[in-house]
Order: sequence, then C-alpha cells, then structure tokens
Amino acid sequence: MKPLTGHIKADGTPLTLAEYEQLGGYQALRKALRMSPQEVTTEVKNSNLKGRGGAGFNTGMKWSFVPMDDPSAEKYLICNADEMEPGTFKDRWLLEGNPHQLLEGMLIAAYAIQASEGYVFLRYAYKTAAKGIRVALAEAERAGYLGSNILGSGFSLRMHLHTGVGRYMCGEETALLNSLEGKRATPRAKPPFPQVSGLFGKPTIVNNVETFSCVPHIISNGAAWFQSLSKNPQDGGTKIYGVSGKVNRPGAWELPMGITLRELIEEHAGGMRSGYRFRGALPGGASTDFLVEEHLDVPMDYGSVAAAGSRLGTGTVVVLDDRTCPVGFVHNLEHFFAQESCGWCTPCREGLPWTEKILRALENGEGRENDLDLLAMHAQALGPGKTFCALAPGAMEPLQSALNYFRKDFEQHIHEKKCPYGHTLH
Amino acid sequence: MATLFIDNAPYQVKEGKNLLEACLSLGFDLPYFCWHPAMGSVGACRQCAVKSFRDEEDTRGKLVMSCMEPVRDQARISIQDAEAVGFRAGIIEWLMTNHPHDCAVCDEGGSCHLQDMTVMTGHNYRRFRFNKRTYRNQDLGPFLNHEMNRCIHCYRCIRFYKDYAGGKDLDAMGAHNHVYFGRSEDGVLENEFSGNLAEVCPTGVFTDKSLKQHYTRKWDMTHAPSLCQGCAMGCNIIASERYGELRQISSRFNGEVNGYFICDRGRFGYEFVNSEDRIREIGVKGKPEIKDRDSLLRTAAARIREGSVLGIGSPRASLESNFALRKLVGEDNFYHGVADTEFDLVNLTLRILKEGTVRTPTLPEIESADAILILGEDLINTAPRMVLALRQAVRRGPGEALSARMNVPLWQDAAIRQAIQQDKAPLFSITPYPVRQDELATKSLYESPDDISRIGFAIAHAIDPDVTEIKRLSDEERMWTAHMAAVLLRAERPLIISGYGAGSEAVIKSAADVAWALKKSGKDVRLSLTVPECNSMGLAMMGGHRLESALDAVAHGHADTVIILENDLYRRAEKTLVDEFLQKSRHVILLDQVYHQTAEEADVIIPAGTFAEADGTLISGEGRAQRFYQVFVPDGPVQESWRWLQQLAEACGNRTLSHLRILDDFVLEIAKTCPQFEGIEHIAPPSDFRIGAQKIARQPHRYSGRTAKEAHIQVSERKPPSDEDSPLSFTMEGYHGIPPSAVVPFFWAPGWNSIQSINKYQIEVGGPLHDGDPGRRLIEPGDAHTPVFFAEQAAPFPIRPDCLYLIPQYAIFGTEEFSVHSPGIASRSPAAAITVARADADSWGLRDGDLLEFQFNGQEYKLAIQTNQQYPRGMGTLPIGLKGVPFMDLPGWIRLKPVERS
Repeated sequence: MKPLTGHIKADGTPLTLAEYEQLGGYQALRKALRMSPQEVTTEVKNSNLKGRGGAGFNTGMKWSFVPMDDPSAEKYLICNADEMEPGTFKDRWLLEGNPHQLLEGMLIAAYAIQASEGYVFLRYAYKTAAKGIRVALAEAERAGYLGSNILGSGFSLRMHLHTGVGRYMCGEETALLNSLEGKRATPRAKPPFPQVSGLFGKPTIVNNVETFSCVPHIISNGAAWFQSLSKNPQDGGTKIYGVSGKVNRPGAWELPMGITLRELIEEHAGGMRSGYRFRGALPGGASTDFLVEEHLDVPMDYGSVAAAGSRLGTGTVVVLDDRTCPVGFVHNLEHFFAQESCGWCTPCREGLPWTEKILRALENGEGRENDLDLLAMHAQALGPGKTFCALAPGAMEPLQSALNYFRKDFEQHIHEKKCPYGHTLH
Repeated sequence: MATLFIDNAPYQVKEGKNLLEACLSLGFDLPYFCWHPAMGSVGACRQCAVKSFRDEEDTRGKLVMSCMEPVRDQARISIQDAEAVGFRAGIIEWLMTNHPHDCAVCDEGGSCHLQDMTVMTGHNYRRFRFNKRTYRNQDLGPFLNHEMNRCIHCYRCIRFYKDYAGGKDLDAMGAHNHVYFGRSEDGVLENEFSGNLAEVCPTGVFTDKSLKQHYTRKWDMTHAPSLCQGCAMGCNIIASERYGELRQISSRFNGEVNGYFICDRGRFGYEFVNSEDRIREIGVKGKPEIKDRDSLLRTAAARIREGSVLGIGSPRASLESNFALRKLVGEDNFYHGVADTEFDLVNLTLRILKEGTVRTPTLPEIESADAILILGEDLINTAPRMVLALRQAVRRGPGEALSARMNVPLWQDAAIRQAIQQDKAPLFSITPYPVRQDELATKSLYESPDDISRIGFAIAHAIDPDVTEIKRLSDEERMWTAHMAAVLLRAERPLIISGYGAGSEAVIKSAADVAWALKKSGKDVRLSLTVPECNSMGLAMMGGHRLESALDAVAHGHADTVIILENDLYRRAEKTLVDEFLQKSRHVILLDQVYHQTAEEADVIIPAGTFAEADGTLISGEGRAQRFYQVFVPDGPVQESWRWLQQLAEACGNRTLSHLRILDDFVLEIAKTCPQFEGIEHIAPPSDFRIGAQKIARQPHRYSGRTAKEAHIQVSERKPPSDEDSPLSFTMEGYHGIPPSAVVPFFWAPGWNSIQSINKYQIEVGGPLHDGDPGRRLIEPGDAHTPVFFAEQAAPFPIRPDCLYLIPQYAIFGTEEFSVHSPGIASRSPAAAITVARADADSWGLRDGDLLEFQFNGQEYKLAIQTNQQYPRGMGTLPIGLKGVPFMDLPGWIRLKPVERS
C-alpha cells in the first residue's frame, strides 16, 4: 500500500485537481466536515500517526493541546515544508507530486483545531513545488475547498504560501513562527507551546508535509486501517524512506513503517555500488547518530531506532562507505550546522564553529592530540537541555557516534598528520 | 514562601521568582549575562546553569538554566555540582574564543561584567587555537562608542533598546557566529535612552563616548551620590570625577524614582561642569583686583547694605540655596526666577497636589497603572523617564493576563512579549501635536490646549456628574470622552498625567478633576503633573512672589539692589523687560555656574558650585525630597550658593543665618521653620554619621596614583579636603561596605566590579535598596474628603484670522539650559522653527522653511516655519530655550504680519 505516493505520476508533475478528485480526492475533507472537530482529532490520535518532521510526536495528541474553549479565538495552521535536513528529500516528492493531498490534509487539520488561516512555509529552493502549490491553492479555492463556508459546512479557511529565505533553522517550528511573523528565525522558549501561543501569539499547529499528507487517508479509511499499514502498530502508517550515498539506486520509497535498514539499503536502494563497502549510516538525516553494520536489522520505526542509539528522524538514510573519510563526512555536516546556527544561544553559536574548525584541521593534517577530547567535550556540552533548541544536540549526534564507531580514523588523521583518504579542505 | 534546597541546605525564598533571582537574592555568586533584573529572562547565554535534582534520591540530576526555571517548593538544586561548574566555565570559554582580550585598552576594563563572570567561573586557559572573528564598527553618534569585536552576543542591547525602550534603529543582524548588533548603517542612535546601553552591555561593545573624551577607570574616579538636574523627575545618578573634572554620569538605582535607567539628557548633559563657559572666578565690574572671597564679600555686602535689596530665586538651585537667599533678603523680597506663566502653572500644580485627594505616583506605580490618560503633555520632552515607565505600563496588563492564562511567569520575557504582540493596556494621549507617547497610545488625539481641557472636563463629567457638563462638544469628542471615561472607570489603578507642557491651567485643572472624580468613585488613582525643572517643586513649596512683581519693584524704585540666584533672567522674561530691569537696578549680584546673558549685565559675579561641587536638596515633581552630594572640591573660589549667601549675610551684618554653618544646619533649619519641608532632615544620614567611626569613602579601595597625582608640583601629598557637610569622605579612606542607600557613592562588591553589583545592594534582586529606596515624599493628599472640582466651562478653541495661538514646545535635547553645553546634546537640538498645520501655512501661502513674521506683546519676531499635517488649525508650536529662539512668555496669541506676495 502506498497511499501517499501511489498516485504520483511517473513524470513527477503534480496531480491536477480533476485528477486528484477522480482518485477520490477531497472526499476525506467532506467526511471530516460531517464529523465534529473533536472526532477528527481523536481519529488521528488513534491512528498513531507520529510527526514525520523528525521528532515523532503523536499528531492527534498535539492537536488536542489547542484550547478549544473560545470558538471566536483566532487560530493558525502551518505546514512546515522547509525541508532542509541534509540528505532529506522526501517532502519534496509529496510537494511536487501531489499538492492537493497536502492541502486536503491541512484542511482537515485546520477543521480539527478550527483554524481560520493556514500557511505552507516552503523551503525557498523548492521552486517547482512552489509553482505546483500556487496552482493547487487557486484550484482549491475555485472549487470551494478553500475560502469561506467550505462546502457549505460553515467552516472557513484561508491558505497562503510563504517561501522562506533558506534557513535550516526555520525547520524548528518556533523559529519558523518567528520567521513567518517577519522576525529573526530564532527559536522561542517553551512553554508556552505553539498550540497555546504560536503565530502572532495565537494557538497554532505546525506539522510536517508528510504528516499532513497522511491525514486524508486516516479520515477516509480509519485509524485501524492506518495502523495496519505499519509493521509496528505503535507507529502507524507508511513511511517515506530515502537512501543516499554510494548505493546503486539512491532514492525515496513509501514503505510500511518498520522495515529494516538492511531491506531498505539492499532491496530498495539496490545495495552498495561495486567497490564500496557499507561502513555506517545516518538513519534519519544529518542530525541522527550513526548506525553501523551490527544495526542493519534494526526495524526503521521510532522506537527501534531509538533503542539502537539513534533516531528515526526523517527516515532518510545517508550511507557512509569505506572509501569516504568519516572525518570529512562529519566535517561537512558540522560545517552545515555551524553555518545554520541562528546565533541565539552560546553553546551552539560558538561551539559548532569550534568543532567545525577542529574537524577541518584534522582533515588538513593539522590535528593535535587533545582535539578528540575537545570534540568529545563539545559532543557532551552541546547535548540536549544545554542549548536553547535541538539544533546543536542534533548536530552532535553524527559527531559523537562517529567518535565512537570511527575513532581509529580520527586518531589516524592526527598521527599521520594527513587524511588517510587523501582528502583536504580549503 | 517556598523551601529551596541549594547544595542540600534549605533556604526560604519567594515563590514565583526564577532560580537565578532566588540564588542571587540569597547572596550566591551565580554568573549570568542575558538575564537583567528589569528585563527578565530569555535563556540565550546559558551562563547561569545549575544542576536540578528530582528529589533527594536523584544523584544524577540535570542541568537547567536557573533564569528559566521558576522556584518550586522543595526543589533541590546545586550550584557547586561539578558538571554545572564545568559547564559555566565552558560557556565563558566559548564566549572567549572570539573576544579580543583587549581589557587593557577597553573602556569597560575594571567595571566589566564579562571580566567578573570570567573570574567567577574560573575559566582561564585558552584551548581555542583558531582565528578570531572580526567585525566592522559603526559611528553611532555622539553618545556611544561601538566595538563589536568585544561582543559576546547576550542580546541584552537589543532587548533593552528595542523591547524595553522602543528604539527602532538598533537590531541584531546576520546569523550563526556572525550576528551583528548595530544599525543598518552608521548614524546617531535615535532613542532617548540609548546611553543605558553602556550599562546594559556586559562588556565593552557599547561604552560612554563622553567618558572617552577624558577617560578614567572606575577605580580611579571619585564618585558621589547625586541627582540629575535635567528635569523634575529626580533621577538618581552617580557623578564621577578625577583631576577636578567631571568624567561620567551613570545611573544610580532607585526603585521608586528611576530604577536602573536614566535618559540621555541626564547621562550626557553634564559637560557644562567642565565647560570653558563656567564661572570660576569672582568678577566685580570695574574692580578686577577683587579676586578672593573676603574682599568679594566685603564689596558685595557694602552694596547690599547701601540700598533696598530683592532676591530672585531659582528652580534649578537647591532648597538650601533658595532658603539662604530668602533669609538674606527677607521673605517679602524673595521672588521666583521663573516666567510668570510657569509660576502660575507650578503653583496651581502644587495646590492640586496638596489640597486634592489624589497622590502622585512612584515609578513602580506608573509601571503598574492599568489605564492611562495623558492630557496635554509631550512627555518625552518634559519628563523623559516617564515615557520609559509608561512603555512598561501598557504591556503590564496584557502581560499579566496572558501570564495567568498560559501559566508562564511574567519574567519569561520573550514568551510574554511574543504572546502580547501589539496588545496594550489603554493609554489615551491628547496633546496639541504628535508626540512620542503616541506609539504607546490606544488612542491619540491632537487638539488645542483649550479643547484638551474641554475633553478633560467632559471625561470628568462622564465619571462624576458633579463636574459641570461641557457644552458644544463635537460628536467625535463626545464619543471619545464617553469611551475614555468608561475605560478609566473599568480600571483598578488608573493614572492621569498632565503638567506644564501645554502651558494651560485649564488642562491641568481638567486632569485634576478626572483624577478626583475617579478617586471619588473608589479608584486607586494616581495623578502625575510635570513641572519644568529639578527644583521647581521645591521653589514653589517655599513660596515667593512672581517675577513680574520683582520687575515692577525695581521699575517703581522699591528696590535697587538685586541678588540673582543661579538664573539667567533672559530665559525667564522678555528681553526688553529684563534689559530695563537690569539697567534700573543699581547693583546686580549674580551667583551662578555658567556665563549667560544675565551674567554679562551683572555687576558682581559670584562663582557657584554646580551639582558636582555642591551639596543640596531637591524636590522632584513627585514631591520627593532627595539629596545630592558634591563629588569634588573645586579649585578657586567656587562654592555652594547657600554657603556664599550665608557668608554674604554675615558680611552684611544680617544675623539670620549666623547659626547655620554646614549643610545639616540648613536642612534642620528648613525642616524646623518651614513645616512643608518637615522630614527633609531624615532623607539622608547627617554629616556626623559614621559606620565603625568611619566616613563613607567616595573613592574606591583601588584608587590609584594618589601620592603621584601632583608629584610634578609638590612631592609631598597635599592634605585631602575634608567634608564637614556630609558623612562622605573625599578619599579612599573610609567605609567600603554597603552604606545607607541615600549615600551610596558607587556600586561595587567583592567579585562584582561592574554596575551589576547593584544586586548586592538590594534587599532582593530587583527590589529596593537595603534600607529602602532613598528620598521622602513630602506631599501626600489630605484626608479623604469630597473634592472641590474646578469644573471650568472653557469655550471651544477659537480660530482667529491673522493670528496664531503659539504654545511652547520642549525638546529633550535643546531646551534645558545647561545640558546643551554638551556638544553631543547640542548636536541633537531641533531646528529653531515654528510648526503649524499645513493647511494654515497653505492659507498664508507659506511653505516649509519660509519665514513667518509676527508680533507678540508688542515685539516683532521673524522665525522659519515647518508644517505638519496633523497639527490642529489655528495653533502653532515654538521650541523654546533653544539658541536663536528669543524668550516669549507663551502660550499666547501672536499676530501675523501680512505675507507679501510677489
């Protein structure tokens, strides 16, 4: 079953409204509008849909935190389509291929929390997706799926497309809110959570593209059906997994939640390219800990990957092979994270550049004996709870696990005063 | 109260505070940067980490930021936990990776919070071996230096400047480890409170540019508790000196008056003290040989004895000096050196405060008002600090409501601000022209003073029908007055603000009626009425005659010798009148600090000490008596006016001041003989106050170079001056602990060298100073009684053809007489032009920059005009006190000369 991507056309062009409707599109919305908002939320909660942005929080539960006591209170619904995690390209597939599925999911979610304004916060570089969403918004509006008194239900929603300026930070939902308000993209203190005080201080729900895209199918087919899609009923649904690196067929596939890393790499990605051996993988994008050979049979669901010492994250796997320098690999990531730090809190702002500089020095044969201690210090001191948001702890996940699994490589850089893989940085 | 376990010892602390405040209030040294007691917590710097434990069993605990965690009963935390200690040192290590370590050449060195926190955490060994980041600095105008390389990115600057003070031209730019705090381009920082950045910034990014002109380290300056003389707010300041030169003004915490902050006029307006224009020598016209005090006193006394004398007091002179003059010349011959209109306005204000039913507010009371009505007052220019307080007030109500609803404490500054967005508590501002406080207002109206008073009375009537109904209101006025009255009646702590700004007694009276009506209906209302100068209130309370009658007395030959106390009469009355007055007076004796037009006409000039060289008492607009102390003993004959006047009286054989020698004598005499001033003897400890037989040292314990300072003149150290007037010593000898709050010369505590050491002087962090915030309110409303409403029936403002109703406009930078001697202040002075409604200018065929010719009181004037679309018709404003603007006793009708058209 590939409910999310099964209908996406081979050429990648977006499904038109007519095509989408023909496939049963917007029937879930019609069904939801006949339910009470509370019923919609409960259905989604029971489906065990967990946030596909990386944090894996129960989506219906998140919605249920929105205060519903004041029906006149303004509320916002936001789609986080700022997909910028290195190695992650799953949302793009959905955004470009089936924008109406996203809009329908958002409409249902907006109805569930009784939001009156919706935003798609889109990564600036997703130009094709932007075009498709604009067309879809216009089509949906013309067809009466958006605007006032949608399908005669009395429910109204205006929806806007907002394209960001390319800050990874905006993937953090509170920084996204600040950015959307025209402020600096720095994260906000929690509490209050956005469900209580979000965009412009109003109750707000922010969910990922893939998360919203699941919603119409849950409403159409029920929570139990959605759970049954998964190999692990705790984490409902299918999941779009991706693989990049030196594999034969890098790409993304919608698969039952909980297939193993081995299946993913060997069957779907076609195994390692000839002459390359698997050394490890980041299972869920750049900000997750390495898994190595011994973990290949770990099911790729939230709980199992966590038990293996990493995170499912976005579910898009970045594979490290035996001919790529792990120090250079991690340096590349830390360079990205240091660059994308918003500059709000000290450890992230000053600590990430330091780790990046040390890794660069190692790659260039300028490593020193205590560099590994300094890297370990950072991996520890930039950990969860010590920084303002999850960016730096995420950035430390590949580093700390690389120090653990590939320590010899690091030491070799120092002792040989060069990168054994012949890699240099400028 | 909650029990908080810190490193396993129980402490009783207030619930609702955060852990950082609790720890600091208990006296623990916990380092921090981004948190500020007045600005709350944002959790950016991560410096204040402590270990938090779930319960007694929990041995691992987790790091938390103490500024972000509320105190909870039975909570267990550790400051000394090794991981917490290591993490805090690590934060400094990170901050130091890019800091230039240029302490030796940094103005902040020695009073630097970053230095203190670095030492406190124990970080000292540098492990970062890569290049440092560098920035380009900006020219931010005359008040502040900018040195971005020193920045540690605590975000305090923009949190103060943007969030707290409403500035719009300073921001954080860029991202990651290259965030830049500055303007979008070089240029003068516009906000009137910009100088506080020098104190808010924990390191040397923003430093005091005026101090840089004559830089001295904090430890090398002599400091004294002082009062700002820039307006009547009574802000407490620290004045700092070296080598006989005033070097710096900084804010002196007083929770009741100014809190942590002062305005830029107050901070940078001090340079007149060091000015070339200072009166430093005795000057007797025609007798250049008279240079010393004794001969001067003999000469002056002879002249005083010769004829009948009158004295002109001053709203910028201390209570003691005005009192001494009044004693010297006799009560009947004591006149107020203020414009007659101002005299009437201030006296009316005093009467309203004394005889009315409503109190003036303290700073915290302003900040906690839940509905505000401003009638006629352009506050940023007449009482600047109040605008900063109002800015906090309008956020307070919405903030408290959201705090309760979201269960997020008020000190969670970012979260609360975020939730409040643009919401404001009601603030209605009705002024003659657009003003700064408009940006805080839920509704602003621009009306002529007459119409402002009508609206005021109409609001009062809507609250209490005992106030006469105002006739002929427009529909719009009727709608707004009803709305404003209803909002004020819904409030619990309404605040009514008015004052001298609009130059209208009716406006002040209408404000009083609104306040009294609210009081009558049971509201906990406050009434704030601004007065112009630092001791306007004290002078009014002392009593005396109008300046007009002094001019008459000389004109009619009732007096021929005039003693002028700290006053330039050309700023108080029209030139022709003053010319005539000074010419007709046989002898003009002037005591003052800076040369001015009156000084040029005076026969005898006596050099008076400025606030930096004199002690005295001032009464603020709130009615608060406060004391200021001299910082240094000036060279030459300069001394306090009250001392001169006492000596002059003695020389004249006038025995009324014989028994008064030191400041305490004057204070006690005033308290004893003038019941309205009863209590001023208690506002500060007397001169014989000692702590362990010690005086309080004005110089820090690290004052250096004392024996070398004058070694090029004299190898042996000169005997330091003694101070018989105060419990302060002029040297580093003396008590260095925490003295009584009224005589704190500087803030400094072990390990806390910067201004952040204020924490150690407070009962609890952010709360009052140890023995209470200094000063004593002298004016409290009488027992609750039914107010006698003014209920005046003013007619609507008439628009007269060929005439313009001209009202005074005040400028924070420019109007005040002395502060414009600071070049930075002078450079911010507005243009000397009359502003009128654009429609009026159009009807005369005039455009911006054209000259307007007019008559006022029989004199001809010619001034440029500016136009403004928002001005009411038939009315104009003239910025007064500026160079190039002649004195006119405004407000008044001016007659326009017909415009000649080619």
